[in-house]
Amino acid sequence: MSFTSFSFALFFLVLTLLYYTVAGKKQWQLLLIAGYFFYACADPRYLIFILVTTASAYLVTMRFTALRRELGRWFDEHPELTREERKRYKEKTASRCRKWLLLAVLLNFGILFTFKYLNFFLVNLDSLFGLFGGGLPVTSVRLLLPLGLSFYIFQTIGYVADIYFGKYEAERNPFRLALFVSFFPQLLQGPIGRYNLMAPTLFASHAYDSKAVRFGLQRMLWGYFKKIVIADRLIKPVSTIGGAPEEYGGVFVLLGMLLYAAQLYCDFTGGIDITIGSAEVLGVRLSENFNRPFFSKSVAEYWRRWHITLGTWFKDYTFYPLSTSKAMMKLSKWTKGRFGPAVARRVPVYLSTVILWLATGAWHGAKWNFIVWGLGNCLVILISQELTPLYRRFYERFPKLHRSRFWDGVQVLRTNGIMCLLRTLDCYASPGAAFFAIGTIFTRMNGGALTTDALLELGLKPADIAVTAVGVLIVFAVSMAGRSGSVREKLARLPAGVRVLLFGALFFSILVFGAYGIGYDAGQFIYTQF
Amino acid sequence: MKKRLAAVAVCLSAVLIFFALQALLTPKYITEAQEGNLLAEYYDSGKNHDVIFIGDCEVYENIDPVVLWREYGISSYVRGSPQQLIWMSYYLMEETLRYEKPDVFVFNVLAMKYGEPQSEAYNRLAHDGMRLSGSKLRSVRASMTEEESFLSYLFPLLRYHSRWSELDKNDLKYWFKPAPQISCAGYLMRVDTKGIDFIPPGQELPDYRFSGLCYEYLDKMTALCRENGIELVLIKAPSLSPYWYDQWDEQIEEYAEKNDLLYYNFLEMSEQTGIDYMTDTYDAGLHLNLAGAEKLTRLMGELLMREYDLTDHRGDAAYREEWDRIAAFHDRVKAHQEKELAENGYLSGFTYFED
Repeated sequence: MSFTSFSFALFFLVLTLLYYTVAGKKQWQLLLIAGYFFYACADPRYLIFILVTTASAYLVTMRFTALRRELGRWFDEHPELTREERKRYKEKTASRCRKWLLLAVLLNFGILFTFKYLNFFLVNLDSLFGLFGGGLPVTSVRLLLPLGLSFYIFQTIGYVADIYFGKYEAERNPFRLALFVSFFPQLLQGPIGRYNLMAPTLFASHAYDSKAVRFGLQRMLWGYFKKIVIADRLIKPVSTIGGAPEEYGGVFVLLGMLLYAAQLYCDFTGGIDITIGSAEVLGVRLSENFNRPFFSKSVAEYWRRWHITLGTWFKDYTFYPLSTSKAMMKLSKWTKGRFGPAVARRVPVYLSTVILWLATGAWHGAKWNFIVWGLGNCLVILISQELTPLYRRFYERFPKLHRSRFWDGVQVLRTNGIMCLLRTLDCYASPGAAFFAIGTIFTRMNGGALTTDALLELGLKPADIAVTAVGVLIVFAVSMAGRSGSVREKLARLPAGVRVLLFGALFFSILVFGAYGIGYDAGQFIYTQF
Repeated sequence: MKKRLAAVAVCLSAVLIFFALQALLTPKYITEAQEGNLLAEYYDSGKNHDVIFIGDCEVYENIDPVVLWREYGISSYVRGSPQQLIWMSYYLMEETLRYEKPDVFVFNVLAMKYGEPQSEAYNRLAHDGMRLSGSKLRSVRASMTEEESFLSYLFPLLRYHSRWSELDKNDLKYWFKPAPQISCAGYLMRVDTKGIDFIPPGQELPDYRFSGLCYEYLDKMTALCRENGIELVLIKAPSLSPYWYDQWDEQIEEYAEKNDLLYYNFLEMSEQTGIDYMTDTYDAGLHLNLAGAEKLTRLMGELLMREYDLTDHRGDAAYREEWDRIAAFHDRVKAHQEKELAENGYLSGFTYFED
């Protein structure tokens, strides 16, 4: 049941009516049933996976709680224990907890690996063996890939890790935990939620709040506009350009980069707007996933503003634990003796950054394109970090330029240029094809090839170009307006008649200008495939 | 209270805008695919027909009700649409019974060759003109191809929204009014000629049996007619293409015999119809031109009068007024096409419109 399907509209309408009809505790129970129903609509077999993930998280976190309570009781019963003895017991408990954590991580990432990466692994292993004249008897296994697997496994592992690190108490009610894992709006493409942030509104009783419902619906409408009017209209040209690098080189690659930037942004932010908006209608607050990323002045900043919940997940559960691990400290110490403090300081950070980006790349898909894309991002960020002293000197020399809007603009353009280049890897069949396409920008630009006929061949009729251009301009204008505060709050201050006109126009523009139905490629949300 | 009224006003306005947009963007079938208006025209006709013809282009281009009126006083109507599948025909019969109860339903059996939904375009041409009813919805459900959405038949804006960039003056002109009449009681006339002097051979098929689904609907038709005391006549119009196989014909003969129905294969009755494929078809045997349609209809009238003793309504003023109007329109279309043919040497389509 895609967010853009009529069945979802009906499902959501019925659910919302029921939600505000049933009272108190039953609301979150209804959401749990709705989540499982929503997921089962895609394929009832998917439920097995989500149940396994939920059960494992529940059992492991309950085990943490039991072990810690046992330790507490032991300390209470034995006040005579010395500090050293207490430390030893604590470590013992921590070690047992660690084993349980490992079990949960291995089980869930094992599921993720098997269903998402096994074939990729087998094919590459076979190629590797092929270099030595060998090969694998099996290079492909037909497996089901449950929708949203990466999202809810990451969310659940984040919860297990939080409980392990003692950030908050484990949820004792397995059904409440099940709702946290399966809350339907975020099930397929995030945002990757944190239990302590979601729980207060997820399990609370919600009386009908017209402002929340109105704001939620407005946000959903805005999401649908971005997804259906802009992103889905660009599926064909982007896939046509990406599918034929030999035919569409030079200026078409540049065009493809720009169109893909618009498509990906509108697709993902549109989907997240629908997610957050639909949760808001139900009174549930979800974390924001974007903060106008295209206004970023560096790639590192871009990643703090794009898919924020994934970035913070990797930072909290990969980068920090890795870079501060005992092994990394040891390595740092070892390098200090041999290469000096500057290298030693960098080793844990850089190594963890590389691992983080490898993982981020792999998270996006079982393809070398994503691995190379992740490493590309990593390389840019590390180089940029290395160049920091140089920039600092430059800014000291030209302080006015540094503080000027012009320089801000240059940095924003530079960042977007780099991101466009990196995103090219998403669009082509292999990293080689992507690099070849980028190469053609320099070897055969041929701007004259961008004729009306060529655009028509790409599926861009003049009407489509006009709709896309106006749509992107509106998205840009809304982004600009959002720099000085919530756009919806600003709109809420407008006279009711103006608001009705604005949202009415938005609604009918989706109905009329939307790229849906026969004649258009049905566009699944890009991130549901990750 | 004021707020509630405002909310109701906003909702009502939204609904009005929705339907206005829908009316604007739904095809008017004026310059292209004019067959899309055929079924809609029925609703404005007098509901006093003795005979209703049901089927695809082999009825609406081959049977001319004006001939039946002028020569036999039979009041008839052709409820045809392009590539009308058998379930569409059945549901059209069902729908027709909501308006009137003819003495005879005549069904062209070519549709038996299609055992599954075929094409969205033809589905639209058939259903866009139908009024909303249970029969229409059941017909849509039975006819939809995999890519189609049921909801878009209830709200055509969901299908035709992308026409905003193709709107022309006709979309504005017929935004809130029906498209001009194109048929003469469901008959679509062509006066030009493109003959053929051989019968195009049919390719060998792996299986000549009609699908179970088609038989199911043929049974439903038979039952529906029996329940309502209506005679069902099966015909195969004398179109040379698509090829009508002997094996198909045998199956229909067998069915007709088993169910005590009349079946006329006009392909085998060229002696009686007098159809000459060199002069009586406008597209080398696929469809008859006016001369051919007149010949076929004349024989059809004779057979119907003989078998069912239908009343001659020519002296009945209640019928005459409407049929005089249809016949006059028929003659104007004919004159217009003959003039266009004489001036240009060809016809650009069913080009006659009057508001």
